Amino acid sequence: MSSLKRFAPGVALAAGAGLPLLVPNEYYLQILTQGYVFAILACGLNVIVGFAGQLSLAHAGFFGIGAYTVALLATKAGVAFWLGLPAGIIVTAAFGHAIGSICLRSKGHYFSIFTLAVGLIIHIVIQKWESLTHGHVGVIGIPGPGSIGPIQFDSSIARSYLALAFLALTLVATARLLRSPVGRTLMAVRESEPLAAAVGLDVMAAKRLAFTVSAALAGLAGGLYAGFIGFLGPESSNVEVTFNSLLYVMVGGMGSLSGPVAGTFIVYGLSQVLQVLQEYQMVIFGLGLVLLILFMPTGLAGLIRSWSIRGRRS
Amino acid sequence: MELFAQQVLNGLVTGSVYSLVALGLTLIYGTMHVPNFAHGHLYMLGAYLTYTLVTRAGLNYWAAMAVSVAALAVLGAALERLVFRPLRHAPHLNAMIAALGVMLFLEAVAQKIWGEEFRHVDSPHTGVVSVFGMMVTEHRLILAGAAAALMVGLLLFLTRTVAGSAIRATAQNPEGALLVGIDTNRVAMATFAMSAALAAVAGSLIAPISLVYPSMGTMITLKAFAIVVVGGMGSVPGALAGGYLLALAESLGGTYISATYQDLVAFVVLAVVFTFRPSGLFKEAA
Repeated sequence: MSSLKRFAPGVALAAGAGLPLLVPNEYYLQILTQGYVFAILACGLNVIVGFAGQLSLAHAGFFGIGAYTVALLATKAGVAFWLGLPAGIIVTAAFGHAIGSICLRSKGHYFSIFTLAVGLIIHIVIQKWESLTHGHVGVIGIPGPGSIGPIQFDSSIARSYLALAFLALTLVATARLLRSPVGRTLMAVRESEPLAAAVGLDVMAAKRLAFTVSAALAGLAGGLYAGFIGFLGPESSNVEVTFNSLLYVMVGGMGSLSGPVAGTFIVYGLSQVLQVLQEYQMVIFGLGLVLLILFMPTGLAGLIRSWSIRGRRS
Repeated sequence: MELFAQQVLNGLVTGSVYSLVALGLTLIYGTMHVPNFAHGHLYMLGAYLTYTLVTRAGLNYWAAMAVSVAALAVLGAALERLVFRPLRHAPHLNAMIAALGVMLFLEAVAQKIWGEEFRHVDSPHTGVVSVFGMMVTEHRLILAGAAAALMVGLLLFLTRTVAGSAIRATAQNPEGALLVGIDTNRVAMATFAMSAALAAVAGSLIAPISLVYPSMGTMITLKAFAIVVVGGMGSVPGALAGGYLLALAESLGGTYISATYQDLVAFVVLAVVFTFRPSGLFKEAA
């Protein structure tokens, strides 16, 4: 197991690097790129849900804020994608910090209900603030990443590598966060918040940091989404986006580092490839979520962990 | 002045529906400590069943509603038994995620069966009555009256009967209830059935006034949460009063402030309450 663990990141990276070359056509290449983007969103959600054990339901809102910041800066102020994207991340992080500071004072169920409402408020504002966001019409003609120096990002394959690079960065960042003292505090909070507070950990600061990071990653995913698709409508901030990412996280395994990526690829990939799944997508997703939580609450990561433990015992 | 009175009346009609929905939500939260995100979707399903029974099976509106309510009660009991009971001792996150899954499932199923189109149910009571000089359709009056009667009946049931006391006891202290011989599993199941039935009544009552569509549940769930948070999670009188208050705030706010953002009222109320009182206005009440 330990040797497997050591080589796993390298193997995953090689697989990720090879994948775009194996994909048969343009259409699947775009799905792959979308998959990377949604995996970033899922990793972001995992930071607050999986690491800290706080079920935030506002993440579609953060995804929307990141996406709209990039889109509006580009189309209204002519800001290039490579300036717009960091701006989008900063704006989302700022919203995340402010919203987190308020929402995290509510605990447990209250936090989830509060964030669900906040997510819906963001969605409704995006939908109805027509002078800024063009409402249902959406923003069209968002310029893509273009180029950095000699590297061009016009082809689908280049974009897919770009998304992969951001996903890799996300994984490195979340891994470092998890192994830092803050990460340990978050896990303590997840197991028992009163206990964590009683031993003198700064629970609120850790939770707020997790929420901000989590929102910033959602903003990054949103910004990439806007730049890659070139069109943005209010449905990008629909609460369904939150529920989908939650399913990705659950399938892969809450709290595991790479679980959300695996979950995204399995669920999003299958839903795009299988026609049956497309037609009955939400029926199966909803049922899947219930069955997962009943019978496999730790997801794939938990399954693999229990196998490896069993393997070592025998 | 007449506009004001009209809006108050509208608020009272919508408020009776809100109160019924919030009542179901608060009952489940009180006894089982599950924020049932799928509650509005039970309301949606109740409305659709009534719609189908009236338009397809040609049933009388009230008979259709009775069948729909019974069906939802069974569904509610099944949800408790199959989904929420096994999760009772799991981390609180799990039951919430399960509720979200049920919600997604019900909406998708409704979309598969009935499609995206907006549906409409005809009320048998189409006459118009004048109340203090305002014109109101009979159905709205009946709705408000029926809802109020049901709420009073439910309050009496909860406070005056043994079964009602068992529910309240379980909400106050599940272990204690178990110790004095209350079958808390049965109480939980009955509460879920009751809560789903209330949602079906509300959905069926509103169907002739507003439209029926698959996502109608999401908004009302959130509004019901806003009401319950203001009224106190688990508090029955809080849910009743809160429902009317929110509807009044919406209809007056929609008229005098902004109709575009009318739907935001509930969420803003919720956000404001949580901002200043992170665990709701009142302590959790039974």
